Amino acid sequence: MTADGHSPAPGGFGRMPRKEDQRFIRGKGMFVDDVRLPGMLYGAVLRSPHPHARVLSIDTIAAEGHPKVKAVITGETLAGLNLAWMPTLFADTQAVLATDKVRFQGQEVAFVVAEDSYSARDALELIDVEYEPLPVVVDALRALDPGAPVIRDDRPGRTDNHIFDWETGDAAATEAVFRDAEVTVAQDMLYPRVHPAPLETCGIVADFDQVTGKLTVWETTQAPHAHRTLYAMVAGLPEHKIRVISPDIGGGFGNKVPIYPGYVCAIVASMTTGKPVKWMEDRSENLMSTSFARDFHMHGELAATRDGKIRAVRVKVLADHGAFNGAAQPSKYPAGFFGVFTGSYDLEAAYCQVTGVYTNKAPGGVAYSCSFRITEAVYLVERMVDVLAFELGIDPAELRLRNLLRPEQFPYTCQTGWVYDSGDYPRTLRLAMDIAGYEKLRKEQEALRAEGRLMGIGLSFFTEAVGAGPRKHMDILGFGMADGAELRIHPTGTAVLRISVQTQGQGHETTFAQIVAEELGISPDNVEVVHGDTDQTPFGLGTYGSRSTPVSGAATAVVARKVRERARIVASAMLEVDPADLEWERGRWFVRGDPDQGKTIAEIALAAHSSLELPEGTEGQLDAACVYNPPNLTYPCGAYICVVDVDPGTGKVSVRRFIAVDDCGVRINPMIVEGQVHGGLADGIGMALMEVIAFDADGNCLGGSFMDYLLPTSLECPSWELGETVTPSPHHPFGAKGVGESATVGSPPAVVNAVIDALRPYGVRHADMPLTPAQVWRAIQGRPLRTDLAIG
Amino acid sequence: MTIRVAVTVNGTDYARDVEPRLLLIHFLRDELGLTGSHWGCDTSNCGSCVVWLDAKPVKSCTLLAAMAHGHVLRTVEGLEQGGQLDPVQQGFIECHGLQCGFCTPGMLMTARWLLDHYPDPDEAQIREAISGQVCRCTGYENIVRSIRWAAEHSRADGAAEGEA
Repeated sequence: MTADGHSPAPGGFGRMPRKEDQRFIRGKGMFVDDVRLPGMLYGAVLRSPHPHARVLSIDTIAAEGHPKVKAVITGETLAGLNLAWMPTLFADTQAVLATDKVRFQGQEVAFVVAEDSYSARDALELIDVEYEPLPVVVDALRALDPGAPVIRDDRPGRTDNHIFDWETGDAAATEAVFRDAEVTVAQDMLYPRVHPAPLETCGIVADFDQVTGKLTVWETTQAPHAHRTLYAMVAGLPEHKIRVISPDIGGGFGNKVPIYPGYVCAIVASMTTGKPVKWMEDRSENLMSTSFARDFHMHGELAATRDGKIRAVRVKVLADHGAFNGAAQPSKYPAGFFGVFTGSYDLEAAYCQVTGVYTNKAPGGVAYSCSFRITEAVYLVERMVDVLAFELGIDPAELRLRNLLRPEQFPYTCQTGWVYDSGDYPRTLRLAMDIAGYEKLRKEQEALRAEGRLMGIGLSFFTEAVGAGPRKHMDILGFGMADGAELRIHPTGTAVLRISVQTQGQGHETTFAQIVAEELGISPDNVEVVHGDTDQTPFGLGTYGSRSTPVSGAATAVVARKVRERARIVASAMLEVDPADLEWERGRWFVRGDPDQGKTIAEIALAAHSSLELPEGTEGQLDAACVYNPPNLTYPCGAYICVVDVDPGTGKVSVRRFIAVDDCGVRINPMIVEGQVHGGLADGIGMALMEVIAFDADGNCLGGSFMDYLLPTSLECPSWELGETVTPSPHHPFGAKGVGESATVGSPPAVVNAVIDALRPYGVRHADMPLTPAQVWRAIQGRPLRTDLAIG
Repeated sequence: MTIRVAVTVNGTDYARDVEPRLLLIHFLRDELGLTGSHWGCDTSNCGSCVVWLDAKPVKSCTLLAAMAHGHVLRTVEGLEQGGQLDPVQQGFIECHGLQCGFCTPGMLMTARWLLDHYPDPDEAQIREAISGQVCRCTGYENIVRSIRWAAEHSRADGAAEGEA
């Protein structure tokens, strides 16, 4: 009870069970593959077995003769519609169906539409494609060799596989620091190609109504509005006649941002057959052809003093983008946000140079909860700090504490120009060390080493830059990365919030209701969150890059505050006082000095729709809309400690403990935040120890099923130990920062550092991920191998 | 060519004439409209498709529908009974055992089986039980907790009565 005798309004922020769970635990979710429409046909994609080959001919006669086949679409069909190629999300083009060549194994060659999905697959076998195999390059380090096969000879004048050169920082200043540094260390490291592998693969149901001209698609997309606009621009359909629905999505992790050829084919098929067409890829198609992640070959260097003050960092990167440059990232950032490779440290200088190349591999690169390549940046700098610690013989925790930014340095402009908004890094790291019992662990390690047993303790400290982003700096294909929100208050005081982002498991239906609840003092149960339907929600760029809370969450708070101000005017009419004489407490406006005279949002909403006489110029409802253009990114941070045991005989790594302290500012629903962190930590175990999409010398993909592409299960994951510090973002309306990708970004270096730490008795300084038993065993033998290529 | 498949699913009898090659998961989803069970990998690795065949969890992507002929099946749609959630369903809500919800039906079916046979499993037993199933969102921790919650809140009428 408050002092004035009124019960406080129901809480907004805090732990509460998720609203969306009710349908999922009953098996009542509605995923794309659950959509069933009358007369629906089924599509299947014929894919290239060759990583690089000229397409000489495609014979579809037998397939067309299959009794259940309704249509066969080839590149030639699409060329007639000017759709054989489509723009990627990064200023390149990608073949929808191959017309001239195939450029990676698994590339789309033809599309069959049949009465059922089994028949569609049968008919694929009836298509006869004549290929002329071409020399292959799947090793990025060979892509720029003279004489390397030119993959993108579709692009006029192209004579090599070079895509871009990009640099950031100050090369001369960095060189000057390195020249007079007491200590320098250098290390080559690979962040291998991995795949987000959401449990639900990608797919679409396309339904074109030939009478109304309206195209409705249900898609596994993280960016429904962007897709709608692109379809309008590429296919020439009027945008208001396109409705993109992103229903329940079985995990995204960046895999479901791009437009895939199968989507375009299904839409074309629906338009030509006049029937709804469903296309769901299988697991191999998902792993072999949709957006991969990473594939960064990095050369890192640190300059430091002998007593462990890090002075400068320098990086050279070779980025393998596959056969088409389809990196889904803001257009001014060809290497994503890799520029945050300065990490969490106070440096004198920094410089990096990135070269992007084409190879005969699937396109993508920006995915798997990477925060636009900050995953690679954090891995680089956190691995390098451990290399330096190894070199100097300083404890890696101590080395970090000597170099972390201090709280009073915020806002901090790093050497590559990113403005870190807030943080108390030493406190965050010390908390992680306290939870871990760091000193005790080191003592235990010492004792075990004396017995010949291998125990490792690995740290990482990450800073992320998430919530893209300020429109003047950040756009995707020219669309500024702002997000909209619309809030409607019904006469009885319940609310409908429409947002431009949507959930793939993050719990938006709950957390966004909590934001409205927090701002307006109504129960989250009385707020319906509408999302994932372009006909029903305002424009915005979607859910990825940990941007929902920083951008759309901010939009929600702003729109709720607009509603609050509208309510104030109505309340003033109800109470017959000047609006300036009203004060807000959660859920109600009351007369200053007379708290009994007040009106709740529900009372005000009803009055707003009544015959009450309102001040001149005031509309009779409380509804509001806004678009939020973030002034800066938010910069969550975290300190992670991993403890492993390594079997020297087999190389098998067991993760014994994992401590994660995250600072993502104010937490809307701590239960959901912790869940997000848990999932990312499992990703880190997977990437560090198990996951890789490798290729053999002939360009065959070796990670094309879950038997080959290994994901962590309940047995590889320990019970996570979490902690938190809270430094609110100073520029976000309620102080929140993004957190969805923090653990995926921050955890891999902690695991790798732990394994390398365990191998210290063998003098191992580095070995590339994934640290499979074979790779660890080789590292013990002093010859770790490249993990991205099959051993010949 | 078709073959008659007659099954009992969640207490209801169904019979359909289907292709002999039809997988059980597609039979359940496409023929019977029980879309709660999901298809995720084709290779028996992910466990999104786990249902019960004669009271035992199976991966329905790796069984033919014809192999289920004459058998009794149970899917996620059959967990809630008389308007009352199964404790494992409630546990997943209470402990945030799901995020995207795609693996959830399979996890729930395995969890129910585990608790029917081991009413008071420890963490290691739970982890072992769900180790044939993949979750990409939760890092498994909250799934383990959810199943523990269910063990501690068994239905009063259940065979494995837990605390009140």
